[in-house]
Amino acid sequence: MPNSLREAHHKHQNMLDILFRNVTRLCAFAVLALLIGIIVSLIFGSLPAIKAFGFKFFTSAEWNPVTDVFGALVPIVGTLATATIALLIAIPVSFGIAIFLTELSPQWLRRPLGIAIELLAGIPSIIYGMWGLFVFAPLFGDNVEPWIKSNLGTMPLIGPLFTGPPMGIGLLTAGIILAIMVIPFITAVMRDVFDVVPGLLKESAYGLGATTWEVMWDVVLPYTKIGVVGGIMLGLGRALGETMAVTFVIGNAHDLSSSLLMPGNSISSSLANEFTEAVGELYTSSLIELGLILFFITFVVLSLARYMLFKLSQREGHTA
Amino acid sequence: MFTLYKRRQLTNAIALSISVLTMLFGLFWLGWILFTLLEYGLPGLTSAVFTQNTPPPGSSGGLVNAIAGSLAMTLVGTLIGTPIGILAGTYLAEFGQRGWLAPVTRFINDVLLSAPSIVIGMFVYTVYVVKIGHFSGWAGSLALSILVIPVVIRTTENMLRLVPNTLREAAAALGAPQWKVISSVTLRASRAGILTGILLAVARISGETAPLLFTALNNQFWSSNMNQPMANLPVVIFQFAMSPYDDWHSLAWAGALLITFSVLSLNILARVLFRQQASTH
Repeated sequence: MPNSLREAHHKHQNMLDILFRNVTRLCAFAVLALLIGIIVSLIFGSLPAIKAFGFKFFTSAEWNPVTDVFGALVPIVGTLATATIALLIAIPVSFGIAIFLTELSPQWLRRPLGIAIELLAGIPSIIYGMWGLFVFAPLFGDNVEPWIKSNLGTMPLIGPLFTGPPMGIGLLTAGIILAIMVIPFITAVMRDVFDVVPGLLKESAYGLGATTWEVMWDVVLPYTKIGVVGGIMLGLGRALGETMAVTFVIGNAHDLSSSLLMPGNSISSSLANEFTEAVGELYTSSLIELGLILFFITFVVLSLARYMLFKLSQREGHTA
Repeated sequence: MFTLYKRRQLTNAIALSISVLTMLFGLFWLGWILFTLLEYGLPGLTSAVFTQNTPPPGSSGGLVNAIAGSLAMTLVGTLIGTPIGILAGTYLAEFGQRGWLAPVTRFINDVLLSAPSIVIGMFVYTVYVVKIGHFSGWAGSLALSILVIPVVIRTTENMLRLVPNTLREAAAALGAPQWKVISSVTLRASRAGILTGILLAVARISGETAPLLFTALNNQFWSSNMNQPMANLPVVIFQFAMSPYDDWHSLAWAGALLITFSVLSLNILARVLFRQQASTH
């Protein structure tokens, strides 16, 4: 009965097909489950702290394991301050590198230089930390910070940001090292989105006599605006969550200070330093709530980044 | 007085010079960091590093238990994460045209790709370490595998999308069922690309410190029991670098040199492979 044999074979293959599809679907679903698992476990773990401190957790700068009173203000401010410094430096530098790699560099140099910048992203974060602590911070504290202090520290408005003893470690140092770490990420996105610009558009501008800078600033940048902002958000997401490099150089002090030269703390560095040593339910739970805050902030930032990059990719192909 | 033309030229010249300077700025840090690693790391890189265990403070020793621990956890982490990543990536590329699961997964995966790794460590701590009651090599591997998955999913999906549809149609026209088309035609065609993704994932996790702090912790002695706290290079480097002892510092630099150059070599190898894959299409 060859016919029924063929049918059986067919059925068998059909079953394998369904099995295969469902196994892959299950794995895709695992990613979703992972995210839900992370959020649920963090919320569950931080319940005692949420119950004990409520909203005051965000506004209190007190962090006292002895009296079991915890507030997240110092780490939150530290995280935001270091990430802001990082972006202030990284955005213009990445833009410059992206211009160089897309418009100026000779063809044969483009690939090696591109890889060199990408290798900056490959260096493990702990190496940045060690280098920052042992090499960069002493030099920075001895040579640059005194200058910053005597020049910027006396200026009105921004003066208070640059006061205090030049120790080399602190929020500013952490921000600078973060900047170096996020430059490759922002540069990579900028290069990618600059490639989306139709050649016709650029050639038209050049044909009208525009200079290279004018083409970049007035044609390429407006066209890729959303994507560039997406890339910056991606870098921001990285800077916010970066742990080891910051832990080495930020100083790990739970003090709120108006000066960027003073040691501080970030969410991730508090976790790295204190989590394994935390005793007592409330201490651990407060740290988990810090983790939850960090995850929430980066999740929102990264979602926005993806949304913007998605918007730009939709425009690809719809050329004028 | 500048004419408008002169002024535009000047702006252009200044802007482009700054662009060249930013490029040099980027290269400067890379050069400086690599130079530092060689300067401090090479003197400490003796044969003892590969033959002796991590020493107590104030005496000399090596890193062999940390190197072995790192290799073991990286291997297990990759072995757990890779199949899940490849299968999920296959779903996104081959079955993801309809339904809500694929777009949602793709989006979440992109977010997880850049999620702070310390939070992943915390997650494994709360769901695994606390339940078991002690730190262990398995917990470390588990945390690393969670970091592997998004990288592998991303590259698998991208690579499968590079496979021309005519190849799938040709296989289907020969009567091959879909699972066979995917497993022995499309996945095989993008083998090199998927391997790139795995290498990038290995490169990423072999330098990760934060997720191991709360999971594998550290172990001063040789341990082949994955169910016990396990020494690993990143955490040893962290602990030794933060210590006040000179012996520990020089070992930390040697470890840093080892880790950085293996990670960078993996990165470069992945790029070479990727280039080969891209040129076959």
